[in-house]
Amino acid sequence: MLVVDNISLKAGNFELKNINFRVDKGDYFVILGISGVGKSLLLESIAGLTKISSGEIILRGRKISDEKIQRRNISIVYQDADLFPHLTVFENIAYPLHSRKEKNIKEKVLTAAEQTGIADKLERIPETLSGGEYQRVALARSLASGNDIFLLDEPLSSLDSKSKNELRVLLRKLNRNGITIIHVTHDYEEAVSLANKIGIMEKGEIVHVASPEEIFKHPKSEFVAQFIGIKNFLRGELKALRESDLKEFSIDGIKIFSLTDAGDGEAFLLIQPDEISISNSVESGSARNHFKGKITDIARAKIGIEVTVDIGCELISLISIDAMNSLELKIGKEVWINFKASSCKIYN
Amino acid sequence: MKRYFQNKSLLNLVFTFLGGVLLLFIIAPLAGMYLNTSFNSVHNAVGSEEVQASVWLSLWTSMAGTILFSFFAIPLAYLLARKNFPFKSLVNGIVDIPIIIPHSAAGIAVLGIITRDSFLGRAGELFGIKFVGNPAGIILAMAFVSIPFLINAARDGFAAVPERLEKIALTLDASPTRVFFTISLPLAWRSILSGFILMWARGMSEFGAVIIIAYNPKTAPVLIFERFTSYGLKYSVPVAVVFVTVCLIIFVTLRLIKKKN
Repeated sequence: MLVVDNISLKAGNFELKNINFRVDKGDYFVILGISGVGKSLLLESIAGLTKISSGEIILRGRKISDEKIQRRNISIVYQDADLFPHLTVFENIAYPLHSRKEKNIKEKVLTAAEQTGIADKLERIPETLSGGEYQRVALARSLASGNDIFLLDEPLSSLDSKSKNELRVLLRKLNRNGITIIHVTHDYEEAVSLANKIGIMEKGEIVHVASPEEIFKHPKSEFVAQFIGIKNFLRGELKALRESDLKEFSIDGIKIFSLTDAGDGEAFLLIQPDEISISNSVESGSARNHFKGKITDIARAKIGIEVTVDIGCELISLISIDAMNSLELKIGKEVWINFKASSCKIYN
Repeated sequence: MKRYFQNKSLLNLVFTFLGGVLLLFIIAPLAGMYLNTSFNSVHNAVGSEEVQASVWLSLWTSMAGTILFSFFAIPLAYLLARKNFPFKSLVNGIVDIPIIIPHSAAGIAVLGIITRDSFLGRAGELFGIKFVGNPAGIILAMAFVSIPFLINAARDGFAAVPERLEKIALTLDASPTRVFFTISLPLAWRSILSGFILMWARGMSEFGAVIIIAYNPKTAPVLIFERFTSYGLKYSVPVAVVFVTVCLIIFVTLRLIKKKN
């Protein structure tokens, strides 16, 4: 649907160098990178707000690199300050409809507002909206524009966690309804919970594009590994358990208990290495997860030692050198790993 | 810490005193003028047809100039705020020229382009418009000296509108013209209105340039000057009081309306 072919540009202190990626219809593509790597500049160059100096942008087979902004049919939503402050919510959403001199504007505004859950806020002015409502209006306005490709620039960054979760649900819904989304963020949790494809951006370049699983399990560069800082990242199925507040995450026949409010179905599991303890015999205590496995690797980490244990899938535990010595750990030894259900973070 | 606050309050005291002296400098002459004028003389001035006509002429010619020239000033202000082009600094400098040159010289300069021998003078005559000794000329003289106030205020207003909003409007299928009229202009409106008021005020109180273009019909500042030179202070002050009062009423009202909005 959208092909970004070798684009480069320099604007102020930011620079994009030979950016390449492809987004297919219905994709949720998240570009992940630390602040200041040029993520916003990349979105603005796709929308036409900033001119590229070389390369091409092709949308639905049509070269749009030299097209005017208003002919690109791409919507952009920023973190904040992108609603027209002198217009009401209704007028903001109706803006693109008036631009195209459409009929039944009231009806169409209402449809977009209902889709984004702000139908009761139409008479308000932007400065009276909460962060979450503000973003919903911006999304409703993009929907009203009729564009089916949205560029989102850190849309969740300024929201509290409740609004963040609600907006994630909305973004997933819009994506399921056919909106192709390119979303830039510095937050890997956002990327994991939303993307079907992730691009890692580093110093003005996209260094790795792949599925979330591939990106987190096999980071291509040291930068990606460090930036993401994720070790135990698994894809599996989540299922609620009867008569328990726990849910069961299954992967290759292994069942891991998780304390989560995530819905059933395909999900990602994330456990921080420092949440996993190692023992020579099964532990009793509040931890719900105990697995016997064989040590496949022992490596020195920045602080402590990372011990990889194969329990049917590989999990990494971060322990102290002191603990390693007292447990007499070595490659090939059989040990137990233990972790709490509440330390299992689930994203779906 | 105590000493710091003492120093700070001393500084405040000094600044308050200096600011007060300045305010007194502005208020005292005006207050003196009001206090030294009898009610009867003001009443007579208000009733005088000549005074009424001069005040009205000042008000409408300045307003006409402001409205007419805003059609040129606002687009120029937008370009200066938004676009980069060769010699932009020079253009900004040209805009400020009327502020820095003596207004009598400004009047002579304007006179040069509106006499019968000039292109504008000849063009005006074709349509039956005379400039010299005519309200049309007064409008030009007032606009010449006051236009920088509108351009500068509008330019600052447009510059304060986030460019991002204009670009977002373009992504929402709006044409550049629609973006200008629905986003840029409404968001810069407060500044433009300030510039509008300043230009109108500056124009109506103009004396130097106007007297060179048109001694007659007399605007209020010209009438005040004429009464002063022909009959002395006693006869000019009531007219001045009337004109200053009208100006103050208008500007206080406009400021209140602007503040309310």
